[in-house]
Parts: sequence; structure tokens; C-alpha cells
Amino acid sequence: MTELAERDTVLASKGLTKKVNSPEGPLTIVDHINLTVSRGESVAIVGASGAGKSTLLALLAGLDLPTAGEAWLDGSNLTELDEDGRAAVRARRVGFVFQSFHLVPSLTALENVMLPLELAGDRSARDAAMAVLDRVGLSRRIHHYPRQLSGGERQRVAIARAFVAKPVILFADEPTGNLDAGTGKRIADLLFSLNAEEGATLVLVTHDRSLAKRCDRIIQLEEGRIA
Amino acid sequence: MSPGYWQGIRSVLRDLRAGELRVLIGAVTIAVAAMTAVGFFTDRVSQAVAIRSAEVLAADLVLRSNRPIEDTFLRRAEALGLGTAKAVSFPSVVVAENATSLADIEAVGDGYPLRGRLRTSETPFGETRTESGIPEPGEAWADAKLLARLGAEPGAVLGVGAARVKVTRVLDYRPDQGWSFVDLAPTLLLNERDVEATGLIQPGSRVTYRQLFAGDAPAVARLRSYMEPRLGVSERIRDLSDAGPEIRAALDRAQRFLGLAALTGTLLAAVAVAMAAGRYARRQIDPVALMKAFGARQSFLLRAALSQVAAITFIGGLGGVALGYLSQAGLALLLSDLAGGNLPAPGPRPVVGGLVLAGVVLTGFALPSLVAIRRVPPLRVLRRDLSPPPPSAWLIYGAAVAAVLGLLFWQVRDVRLTAWLAVGVGLLALVLAAASMALIWFAGRVRGSAGASWRYALAGLARRRRDSVVQVVAFGLGIMVLLLLTVVRNDLLLEWRATLPENAANRFLINIQPDEVAQVRDFLDAKGIDVVLMPLVRARLVSINGTSIGNLDFESERGRRLADREANLSWSATLQEDNRLVEGDWWDETTSAGQVSVEQDFAVDVGIALGDRLTFDVAGETFSATVTSLRTVQWDSFRPNFFMLFPPGSLDVYPRTHIGSLYASPQDGAKLLELIRAFPSVTVIDIDAILGQVRRVMDQAAMAVQYVFLFSLAAGVLVLLAVVESGRDERLFESALLRALGGRRRQVLAGAVIEFSVLGALAGLLAAGGAQACGALLSDQVFRLEYSANPWLWLIGSVAGLLLVGGSGFLATRSVVSQPPDLVLRRF
Repeated sequence: MTELAERDTVLASKGLTKKVNSPEGPLTIVDHINLTVSRGESVAIVGASGAGKSTLLALLAGLDLPTAGEAWLDGSNLTELDEDGRAAVRARRVGFVFQSFHLVPSLTALENVMLPLELAGDRSARDAAMAVLDRVGLSRRIHHYPRQLSGGERQRVAIARAFVAKPVILFADEPTGNLDAGTGKRIADLLFSLNAEEGATLVLVTHDRSLAKRCDRIIQLEEGRIA
Repeated sequence: MSPGYWQGIRSVLRDLRAGELRVLIGAVTIAVAAMTAVGFFTDRVSQAVAIRSAEVLAADLVLRSNRPIEDTFLRRAEALGLGTAKAVSFPSVVVAENATSLADIEAVGDGYPLRGRLRTSETPFGETRTESGIPEPGEAWADAKLLARLGAEPGAVLGVGAARVKVTRVLDYRPDQGWSFVDLAPTLLLNERDVEATGLIQPGSRVTYRQLFAGDAPAVARLRSYMEPRLGVSERIRDLSDAGPEIRAALDRAQRFLGLAALTGTLLAAVAVAMAAGRYARRQIDPVALMKAFGARQSFLLRAALSQVAAITFIGGLGGVALGYLSQAGLALLLSDLAGGNLPAPGPRPVVGGLVLAGVVLTGFALPSLVAIRRVPPLRVLRRDLSPPPPSAWLIYGAAVAAVLGLLFWQVRDVRLTAWLAVGVGLLALVLAAASMALIWFAGRVRGSAGASWRYALAGLARRRRDSVVQVVAFGLGIMVLLLLTVVRNDLLLEWRATLPENAANRFLINIQPDEVAQVRDFLDAKGIDVVLMPLVRARLVSINGTSIGNLDFESERGRRLADREANLSWSATLQEDNRLVEGDWWDETTSAGQVSVEQDFAVDVGIALGDRLTFDVAGETFSATVTSLRTVQWDSFRPNFFMLFPPGSLDVYPRTHIGSLYASPQDGAKLLELIRAFPSVTVIDIDAILGQVRRVMDQAAMAVQYVFLFSLAAGVLVLLAVVESGRDERLFESALLRALGGRRRQVLAGAVIEFSVLGALAGLLAAGGAQACGALLSDQVFRLEYSANPWLWLIGSVAGLLLVGGSGFLATRSVVSQPPDLVLRRF
């Protein structure tokens, strides 16, 4: 497995498989996926609905455990770690952007962005969060609650939150899926430019071909396998 | 401090600001407020009741001696800020123009009585007034009985030893006139400054000196502990605990009622907090999943949950204590007249109690839910359908049950009452759960034939099966407690009051000689007055199972005193109706000697058990009897009752007198005067005053309980609103969806109201059954009263449930339906 822990490989999987039980019997959602992603690379995972894109992303980010195979993230074998161990890997090294934003409704924009740093006990969370909100163009709306923001603004807060802890790798699940075309494009621009500036690795799950094309590499999934 | 704790506190502060914690903190605040208001108030009322009861001593603490009392204790009491007064009493012959009579001379100093008030009248048995002072020097207030014996009228001049005093008033009531129905000579009340002039106090005179003290309980306690080690041989301290068994029985019942009031607040609080905490925990699932995705560990989330509970405890607890204090102040204002003046200030116990209560309630009802959500899979950020594994039922219910039991016991300090209440509530919860499941099943069957709103309502009930069951149980418990507080409580109070009927005996006759019994009975028969006469033999208990009383060890001082003093023995063929056999067997007609039935409390205090052999001394002769039964006695029935009863015939050979009780109406005063003149050796004791005093204690306690229940009623309504609020999110979404699909506002609203009304009616119906059962259990097992089922409970319960829950549902759902569907749907 040394190749999976190589210095330039930030993400790797070998034989990664996820099966679930369904009323019709066992169902394989992700089927023997082998892949490596290099530091700084951007990868799009595309495929039809039900192809297993989000499940693959969850396995690669350590949010879920595979039925078989291994997933490595920044030198750590996620499949060997318990939940707290995987959480420790995610803290500081992983950022997320979700389709439905997942902002905490009771927190302001600033507090939402501060959250990952506060979880890590960072005392400069506020300054760092203000700085990154400024970079996403929301410095005037830091005290607004999610319900007071438009969809595009919410996603910009989510992007600021994803980058505030300077992650090694950013997972984005349909980041423009809930937005209109114009807003979606502006959000995508922001995501890619911030990613380039930060030098983070980007793993993007999307339906959107044009968005996928902006990545260095496209992985096409069909029925849980790389096509 | 670890980041986890900070995170918890920050999240509480943020959620508080965002209104997320409104319901939970509100529920804790109300829970604590209800309890502390009850706590503060019952603390004050209990003190007031104790003060009123202290009237039997005319003070809080009395030092008695047969020698003049040194000033040391007096100075100490004054230094402690206590009120003091002196009293001297001695028997003496009082001389009128043509007659003499033995009287109890009571000479009192300024300030007497420190507790209670003297009452006098202008003419014997005339209209009374409350006095604020004592007789002036040279004046006296004489007992009506004394005037009757002397054939004197108010205004007469009486000779007491060498002094002459003028009777200015007729003494009707003296707080410390005594509870014992024997040894009561008619009283002549003098000013203490006249004592010397009588010249009656000589060495060897039978004189009792009393120093009275009253004031703040802590100062009285300090004085007592100062005095105890310094008491002289002849000096004795008396306080409230020495009060007679009658007032002890009344007080005991009053405290049980107050305890019951406090208890209901506890129950309602628990339900409200559990519902609100469940909702708060559910709303925390997404943020917790997000934090886990961002790398938060289990220990971090556990610390966060603990600090959340601590922060909510602090905020809700303090808010509740403050609100409770404010509420009780208003209540005390309302009750100030009834409590006989200003209530004493509450002690600090309810403040500490309020904070502890908040902590216990939250630990029992919120912590398990909040801790359980840390097990939500982080994958939930991608898959909304994933939920945390449900917390262990043992943990959830175990913590809740432990908290409830702990709180119940903490409030009532009575294992049996706690157990009965817990059993009642637990059984009702089971019945409600089963019945509500049956209803939901039934609703699923009938909804096809109902209209749109009904179908929506019944479908809602069926779909939220678990929530519906929980809500019916919560509503059911709430309504049951409300019914217990109002209807059943009232029934119980009426039953209790009924044990003291208006024509209860109000006069005791003592010292009736055996040869006078028939004449007294005939005399009273002729006057149309019924009398109950019982024989009385004065004896001394000398040994138990062959061990003399002097060599026995007693657990309490009271036990030793009871065993030491002269006992009144009597006999009866049958068990009197205000007696209840608790152990052993009552004798049959063939038993003539060798058996004794002992009153249970007396037996416990003295250490007597069934089968023990008791030996008595009557005028130098001894005889023995075996304890064959133990009985309880309802002392506040005011009928002649005895600690020790024998079979008829077993005491025939000993000298005896008779004791009688009768009811005399206010118009019977003259007839009683005739009785006193006809039978000079018979003493008539007017127990109207004693009855009145006990009634006042009861009324005061009942009034306090009633007001305390008002708080619990308010808490109950708030619980219902909290339950409604806990299902608000789901309703918000559903109503928006229905309206988006074309449902009219009225239809959606009607559906919700029907759903709540059906829930409420069922809960109310079952609550009526529960309240009925609890009432019967309480009256039988705890209050020892006969309880007759109240058929109106069923109707009141179901209508109250329907209106309360339906109304709350309407109020809560109205605002939900008013929100634009688009805005709601975008939030979910």
C-alpha cells in the first residue's frame, strides 16, 4: 500500500466497495474503485443519478466505511481508523461544500464560517473567518442568518467555511445543484479561483458537464464502477 | 476549559439568541418557577401554620419550672431579639360574696400571649372580642365556669388570697389553656403585678412559673440550644413538638396536602422539559452531523452536550427561581389576611432547590437525548435520511424515572406517598399508551369514510404513531394531574372536612362520679342534649414484659414522658367508629379481663408491641394485661378516645370517674350553666375554642393548597403548549405542503384542530379514570378517608381535554398556517 501513502498522492482507494441491503436483495453501490488523486489536482466525479457518486465521495472523505477495499487520505488509511480517528483526519485536512449548503440556521454567516476552526480550538477563528468572508464578497453580511441570505450567498458562506481551515482537500457535492445557471456559474468561478489560490485538492461530484470540464480530470461512474 | 465545553456554552448562547431554546428554557423556567413558587410559598405557609399552631403554647418556646426562673435566659433571649413574657400559675380558692371555688390562677405579664390572642366577652357565653392586652392591675378576667360556680356576675369583686380583684371581662379563650381534657380547673386571669399582693406564693406552694419566648425560628433554635445544657433540675422546655395529638394529626394532614400540591408541579415540569428537550435534540442533529464531518470527536460532542445542559440549567434555573419568587410574593399578598398577618420570609432552601431541580430535570429528561445525538453518522451531511441510533430505552426511561422518583421524594419526604403517586402515574401511562395505540389503529380504519379534514387529522395521528402515543400520554398525565388538583382534591377536602361535622362534640364533661352518671344523663336528656359517656380509670403503667418503666430505654423523650405520666384507661365492648384496628384482633363478648388494645402511635413511642404484657398500678394495686390489638385513632374527631382500652368488666373493681362529650348549640349556654350548678363537681370543658383553632389551621392549609394548585394549573396548560410546540416543525412543513397542493387554510386548520381535539378527548377520558383511581388510593392509603367516586370526572375530563388540547392546537397551528407556504418549503 506504499503507493497509496505516497507523498504526492493525497487521496487513494483500492478495491473500494460499498454494498447495502435492499428489499430486492444486496445492492452494490460502489464497486471495486481504484483511484489516486495527486496533491493540487482537481477531479470531477460524474455520472447519472444512482451511479454511486455521492457514496464514493462519502467513502473517500471518511464519512462512511466501505464494505471492502481501502481508502487513504493524506497518508492515513481511513478504513483502519475508528470514527474519532477519521474525524481527526478530517479536522484541518478536509473541507466540504454541499448541494444544500448545510449552514447551521441558528448561526450567523460569520459563526458558520468560524465553526470548523472553533472545533479545532483555534483562538483566531473570528479573524480568519472575517478574512475569508471578505474574500467571498460577504464582508457586509457577516451578521446575517442563513434565512436572511439568498441561495448564492448561502453557498458562498459554505465555500468560505470550507476554505477557512485551509484544508488539504476539498470535497464538493453538487455545489451548484441548488442554484440557477447564472449564480451557479459565479459560485463555480469562486470555488475554482479559491482552490487555485489555496493550492488545495478538489474532488467534485456533479451532474453538470460544463462544471466537470473545468477540472483537471473527469471520472465517469456507471453503476458504481469507473467507466 | 476544553473547546468542547466552550462549544456547548457558545451554542446555547447562540441558540438562545436565535430563539431555538425558547421552548426548552421556557419549560425549565416554568418548571422551576412552579416548584420554587410552591417551595417558597409552602415554606412560608408551613412556617405560618407552625406559628398558628404555636398558639397552643402562647409562644414558640416555653420554659417551665416550679421555682422562680433566673434572668439569665431572659437576658439571652432579649439579646437574640426574641419577644418574652412571664406567666405564673397556681391553684387557689377564689372567694365571692357567698361562695368559694377552686380556680386555676393565671398571672401574666406584659406581652402575654406571644402567640395567639386572648378572647373575652362581656357576659358569660356572650359575644366575644379579641383582646390585645391583659387585665390591668387590680382587675381580673374570669372563666364563665368560675363565675357560674361562684354565682357571680362580671363586675363582682373576688378575693384571691389577701388580694381583691374586680372581674371586668369573662375569659372565653386563652391560647395555652391546654389540650388535655382533664385537670382543667376554671381560670382566673390576673396581672402578674398583683401576685405579690395575694400573699399566696409561699415556700412549698404548688406554683408553676413559665417564661415564654417567641421570634425568628433560628433565634429560637439558638436560645433552645443555649438553654438545654443549663437547665436546672425542675426546669423543662416545651415547644411545638409537645403539642397534643389532635393538633399533630391536623398538621400532619395539612402538610400532606401541601406536599401533594408541590408534587404535581414536579410531574408537569418533567413532561414539559422532556418534550422540549426532545425537540431541541432533534434540531441539533444536523449541526452535530456537520461538526462530525468537520472533524469533531465524540468526546468533544459529549463535553458540548454536558456544558449545554449546565448552561440551560443555570439560565432556566435562575430564571425559574426569580419567577417563582415573584409569583409567591403575589400569592402571599393575596393570602396575607388568611395567614393572620404577614407571612414569615421564605428560607433559602427553595433557591438552592430550584437550581438543583433544574439540573435534575435536565439530566433526567434532556441529557440522554442530547448525548444520544452525538452518535449521528457524519454521512448525514450527504444523506438526510440517516438518523442517530435511538438512545437506549433503559437510559432514556431509567434517567427520567429516576429523576421523577428523586424529585417526588425530595418534595414529599414520604416513601409511601411517593410510591403511590409513582404507581398511579406509571399505571396511567401504560393504560394511556395502550389505549392511544388502539385509538390510532381505530382511526386508521375509519378515516376512509371521513371528510377531507377528518381524514387529514386521523391520518396525521396514525402516521405519527409514536409521537401521538407520547402526546396522548403526556396530555393524559397533565389532565389527570389537573383533575386530581381540582375535582379530586376538592372531593378529598370535602371528605376531610366532613370528618369534622358542624355538630361535632364541642363540650367535654369530666369528673362525673359513678353515682352521678345516670343523673347527668337524665338531666341532659331532659334538656334535649345527647351525651356520650365513657368510664375513666386513672392508672400508671409500671412495667412492660416485667421490666419496670424506669429501667426501660426509650427512643424518644416523648416516649418516656408518655410512659411516665398518669394514664387514662377505659373500656369498651366494641371498636368505636373513629378507631381502626391495624394489628391483632378485637375481643369478643366472652372476654372479660387480661387484654388491652393500645393506640398505635402511643405503642410506637413507648415501644409496645402486640403480645407484650403491660402492668398497671391503680391506687396501689397492680394488674396485668396482654396487648391483643393495636388501633389508630382519629383524634380530630373530638370524641373521647383513649390510648389504652380494656374489655368491659376488667376494670370494675377500681375507682373511676366518667368522661362525656356532647354537642351544645350556641343557644344551649344557659342549660350548661344549670348543669354546672346542679353538679358542682362536674367540670364542663368548652372545646369549641379548640375545635375552632384546629379548623382555622385546616382552613389555612386548605386555602394555601388551593392557591398552590393554581400555579400547577398554569404549569399544566404550559405543558400542553410545550407538547404542541414540539410537533410544530413537522406541522409547519405539512401545512405548507398541503396549501401548496391547493388545500384551503381553513381545511388545514380544521384538520389540525380535529387531530388535537381527538387526542385531548381521549387523553381526558383516560385521565379521568386515572385521577379517580389515584384519588381512591390516596384517600384510602394516605389520608385515611372514605372516597366516593365522582361520575362527573369522566365528562369534565374529556371536555377539558378536548378544549384544552384542541384550543392549544388551534392557537399553535393558526400561526403555522399563516406562514406563506413558499417561505416554509424553502426552509426544509
